[in-house]
This record gives sequence, structure tokens and C-alpha cells, in this order.
Amino acid sequence: MNADRSGLLDRHLAFVEALRGAGLSVSLAEDLDAVAALSALKWSDRATVRDAFAATMVKKQAQRTTFDALFDVYFPAMVGNGAAAAAAGEEAAEGGAQGGPVKDNAAALGDFRDRLAEMLEAGMIDESQLRQMAAEMVGTFGAMPGRGPGLSSWSAYTALQRVAPQELVDRLVQGLMTDAVGEEEARRRANRRIGQFTAMVEDDARRRIAEEKGPDHVADVAIRPSIDKLAFMAARRTDLEEMRKEIFPLARRLATRLAKEQHSRHARTAPLDFRRTVRASIATGGVPITTHHRPKRPHRTDLVVLCDVSGSVANFAQFTLLFVFALREVFQSMRAFTFIDHVHEVTGHFRLGADPVDVLADLSASASHAALWGRTNYGRAFTKFEENHADALTPKTTLLILGDARSNYSDLHEDALRRLTGAVKRSFWLNPEHERNWGTGDSAAPTYSEIVPMIECRNLAQLQEFVHDLAW
Amino acid sequence: MTWFDSPADVATRLEGAGYLADAATATTTFLAGALEKPLLLEGPAGVGKTELAKAVSRATGAELVRLQCYEGLDEARALYEWNYKKQLLRIQAANAASSSGQDWSSTHDDIFTEEFLLTRPLLTAIRREEQTVLLIDEVDKTDIEVEGLLLEVLSDFQVTIPELGTVAATRRPYVVLTSNASRELSEAVKRRCLYLHIDYPDAERERHILQQQVPGLDDRIAQQVVETVARMRELELKKAPSIAESVDWARTLIALEIRDLDEAAIAQTLGAVLKHQSDHERAAKELKLNRA
Repeated sequence: MNADRSGLLDRHLAFVEALRGAGLSVSLAEDLDAVAALSALKWSDRATVRDAFAATMVKKQAQRTTFDALFDVYFPAMVGNGAAAAAAGEEAAEGGAQGGPVKDNAAALGDFRDRLAEMLEAGMIDESQLRQMAAEMVGTFGAMPGRGPGLSSWSAYTALQRVAPQELVDRLVQGLMTDAVGEEEARRRANRRIGQFTAMVEDDARRRIAEEKGPDHVADVAIRPSIDKLAFMAARRTDLEEMRKEIFPLARRLATRLAKEQHSRHARTAPLDFRRTVRASIATGGVPITTHHRPKRPHRTDLVVLCDVSGSVANFAQFTLLFVFALREVFQSMRAFTFIDHVHEVTGHFRLGADPVDVLADLSASASHAALWGRTNYGRAFTKFEENHADALTPKTTLLILGDARSNYSDLHEDALRRLTGAVKRSFWLNPEHERNWGTGDSAAPTYSEIVPMIECRNLAQLQEFVHDLAW
Repeated sequence: MTWFDSPADVATRLEGAGYLADAATATTTFLAGALEKPLLLEGPAGVGKTELAKAVSRATGAELVRLQCYEGLDEARALYEWNYKKQLLRIQAANAASSSGQDWSSTHDDIFTEEFLLTRPLLTAIRREEQTVLLIDEVDKTDIEVEGLLLEVLSDFQVTIPELGTVAATRRPYVVLTSNASRELSEAVKRRCLYLHIDYPDAERERHILQQQVPGLDDRIAQQVVETVARMRELELKKAPSIAESVDWARTLIALEIRDLDEAAIAQTLGAVLKHQSDHERAAKELKLNRA
């Protein structure tokens, strides 16, 4: 058997290349492991092959989505319309019909929606059948014919627009409601199933495009970054929910890391506790085998956070506030103020053990307090802050400003900011915009960054890094 | 020497040992045995990572050696240690008997022998002649330095003791590392391991687990527990309920002889599932809203 001839080795290598391209560090050792794993297994089951690849080459759960998407592209579950559809097409051809897939017309659309609803209503969902349905849907309703071979394409968007599975929800709810299952539960199930199906349709479109244009093209274009690398400003609603769920685990991870780093640095530098060391040495005949050290006071930071909560940066501000407050034990005291053109203190919303969902709701409500005129005005916010809350700033404080520095061409009042930063120990400005956009349009980033060190902070990973350095 | 014949074999034998594995778990567990590579398990707390290692040891009849990691774990606790007190005694005894002519070099050779070696889990697992499952639990809790120590064990299955030389495994243990991902492990450790992320089970599997772990649990209430727990996991909670907690909950319900999981029953027993006050509030709010 010559592996070269079968093309499998090439495909495998291309897959590994694509994984590396997408940011997974697949070393040669892991590559070899993957091949060894495959030879220890039967290949007949695609899921087994995927699990084996995943076990050897993915080493972080955050990368799993990327891996799955690429696996589907390089090792597709089916080719074209799939074996079942091809068989059906042959039968039709024998019957004297035109053959090939179902034609795209209103009757076919109605018929397809009926069949889809029926399948989604079924008690147990057969995943392979559902996948087949998704393939049929993209093949029939998502085709975008091109002028020549290799130019045609498929769009999950078009297919979803036309079939509109979301509109089946009510029908599904009726079907799923039984004595044991209430309407709410039925609605949840219906939404979950339709969501699952939509994802399959998107996968299928990606698979077909890959078939047409080669996998490398899709790997380059269609793979989304993992959640901690996703920019705040570009996140969709579902992404935001996912990111919010990440906040507390992330904060906990950071807190452990900080505690550990402080611990290990402490162990090397702390002064020797002579009495305890001598007392302990009695057990070993006066030989001081283990040394004991004095505990050191942990270093804590006073933090004042001043953040812009206008529409454009609200998400970023909320994430950052939640994150910083989730780390309350790292900071000695913390006060938070929000502004649009007027300043409003929100420290009270962050009670100990408060529910993050409620906190966010309160924060959005407080945005109305922070706005008198409704347009972001950094200059006025700084002067107002100086007037009303200057007592919050002491020489021990660290001042953190969050915002994109877009001030609608208003007076910037750099002097007010300069006085604020003069009153504190350290100050930083986190800007959720890409550094290359600073200074474009109404951005006052260049002006303000001369006064306050300005740091680009576009995603959770960058935020985590910054807070780590801050707390150190 | 082989641990399992095939992924299917893993699934049946683990089930016999009281562990229901899904396809990915079965495949990866099989590979760890077949390729003789350590298996790194990650996932939320309480989804059965440690339990998998125990189940492997039960299913294969191998002894389980466990190293529980914690902050400040060092070589002496993980690998081996010299029994200083005993060594000191020996030296003093030798001094007292120095009239009999024992010199320093022979004493030196004397005190670095097997007799004074205290083996800790890692060395124990490597030196065992019989089949062994080595469980390195919560490896993310250790300091970075310990990872360096693990590297030699995990890649070559050997330990170097300066005074005694290198001890290599006569029989490679089945190594399982678990981690809650509270810290990113180093690339070097990860490269040596197979990786599996264990997540909350799907409804079907969780129901099976409940019925297996909690005898006397009837179908209806198992279904209700699984559905309610699944709902809770979708909420934004500080600590989402794990399998261990849904098992606890089912046991609580049995103990209290609750036959129907209605609103009152949930409110009464919520403490078995959710461990934060704010989580209680949120769950109460959400679950009632949807039932009203």
C-alpha cells in the first residue's frame, strides 16, 4: 500500500498545515501521534477518526471549534448531495423524470418545509438524516449558479432566508407539546433543534464551497477566531452572551495565577523567620533542614474606574467593569463611575455576590443618569468628575479610564484630565479600538494619550493581560 | 500488556465498572492505552474526570496510585524523599560505634540506600511490577516547577535519583492527569499527553448515569432532574451544577421521598444543586418565570 498514492497523506498534511495556520501549535510529535492513533483504530467511523485527531492535536478546548470547522472542511461527511440523494436521483432518472436533485420552485419549497417540520418534530432526531436534510436544503435553495464550472457557489444565508426554519417554531411547539411537556419547555426544545439545524446548514455550505474551491480557501476565509480573541466591537449578540459566561471563569483563573505568582516570588524573597526555623530544627538534631519565612503583606491597589457607557463602547465597558469587579479581592478598594456627558457613580451596583445579570441590567439603566445631552463628551465628563468626585482620587489611587476617546468634536478639556492624573499614583486608558484607528474622525486618542498611557484592549485576552499587569 | 482491545471494548468494560463513557471518551481512553501515552483530562469540576481514572483501574484490575496536586507540592512530596531523621540516627549510631572502626565513606554509602528512601506516588507508580493506573489529580493546582518534574516521568517513564541512578519503569503505568483549566499547562506537558475535554453529558447519558448511581430512582423524576439541571446550566450561574451535584440532588429527592419535582420541591432542595446565594436567586427567578 502506498500512502502517497491514496492522497490520504497529502490530505492529512494539508489539514495539519491548516490547523497551524489557524493558530494551533501542532508540533511534529503531535502529528506523528495522530498518525499512530489512526493506525491503532478502525477508520470506518468518521466520528472516531475525528476524536482521535482531536485527542492528539488539540490541546486547548478554546481551539476545538476551529478544529471541528477545519475537520469538516478537510474530511467532509459527504460529497456533493451525498450518497442517499444520489441514489434517489438515479431512481428518479429511471422513472423518466429529469433526474438529479429536486427543482427549486414554490411547491418544492413548501414540500421541503413540511418534511423538515416533520423531522424536527420527531421524538428522537436522527443526526445523519438531519444532515442529509441540511445538504438537500443548501443544494436546492442555496445554490448560486456561476457562469462556468468552478464559479458556482452556495450560500447558507440564501437558503436560510428562503426556507426560514425560524418560522417553523410555532408549528414545532404545537407538535412538541404533550401532557408532560409544557409550552415553555416545548418552545425551548423547538428553538434548540432549529438552532442545531441552522448550524448544520452553515456547515454544509462551507463544505460545498470547500469542495468547489479547495479547502485551503475556506480555511483562510471562514474560520472565526475563538471567543477570547474576538473583538468586543465586532461581537454579535450570541457572542456577547458567551463572552459574559467567560468573565467569571476568566477572573478566577487570573486570581489563581496572581496568587501563585505572588506566592512563588514571596518564597524566594521573604525574610527568614529565625525562631521558627530553629525550633523546627530540634526534630532533626539541630540541623535546620527546612527553613521558615515570615509572611509578607500582599500588595493591594486602590482602583478608580471611569468609563464611557455610550452606545458604541457600552459592551466593552460592561465587560471590563464586570471583570475588574470579579477580581475584588485583588484590589483593596474600588470605585466605579460611568459617564456619557455627565458622571454617575455605580460602585453600589457591585455588591458582594451580586448576580452578574442584574448588575448588567442596573448598569444599562444607569446609563440614562450618565447622559444629560445624549452625546459622548469626554471634556465635560472630566470637568464634572473633577467638580463632584475629586475626593475619590488619592496619591495611592490607580485611575483607569475606559473608552474609545471619540468625543463628537467637543472641547476636550485636556487640562482637567491632566489635573486628574496629577492627583493619582498611576493612570491608564483602555481603548477598545484598533490602534490604527486612533486619531481618525472625531477620535481624540492622540491628544489624550499624551497625558495618559493609552493601551489597546480589544478582546478578553488583552483585557486579562492588562489586569494581570495592573494587579501585580 | 494491552489495556483495551478497541473503543467499544472500553465502553463495555467501563460500563461494567460503573462509568458510562461517550464515544469520544471511549476512543481517547483506548488510545491512551494503545499508544502508551498519558491522558490529560480537562473540563468543569464534577463531570467525572477523576472518576474515569478510577473506573479504568476498576475495569482493568490495575492498582490506582494517586498524586493529589496542590499549591506548594514539591519533589519531596511527589517523587521521593530521603528519610533524614533515620539517616541522622544512623550517622549518630555510627559515631558512637566509631571505635569499631566504621569510617565515613562506608557510612555515606550506607545512608543512601533503599532503606532510607521514602517513595512518593510518582516513583511508586514507576517501580511497581503489576499493572498500575497513575492518577495525577488537579495538575493545574501545582506550581510551574513541578511540571518540569513531571516531564521526565511522562515522556520516558523514568526518574533520576542522583544517589541511586535512574529508575526506569519496568511496566508503563496508565497515566491520567486531570485539570480544571484554572491555569494553562505548559506546552511541553501538553505535547506529551493525549487531550480530552470532558463536558456536561447530554440529557440521555445523564439520565443513564443518574439511574445507575441512584438506585430506586424512577424514570419520571430522573427525567425531571435532568431537564431542570440542563436548564440551570443554561443560566448565567457562578457555579453550574455538575453531574456529581445532579446525583446528589437525585439522592436528596429519594431521601426526602419526593415523588414529583414541582416548584415547591425544587425550592426546598435547591441547596443540593446550587452553592451560591445569587445563583439561588437567579434560578428561583428563572424557573418560576417559566412555569407561571
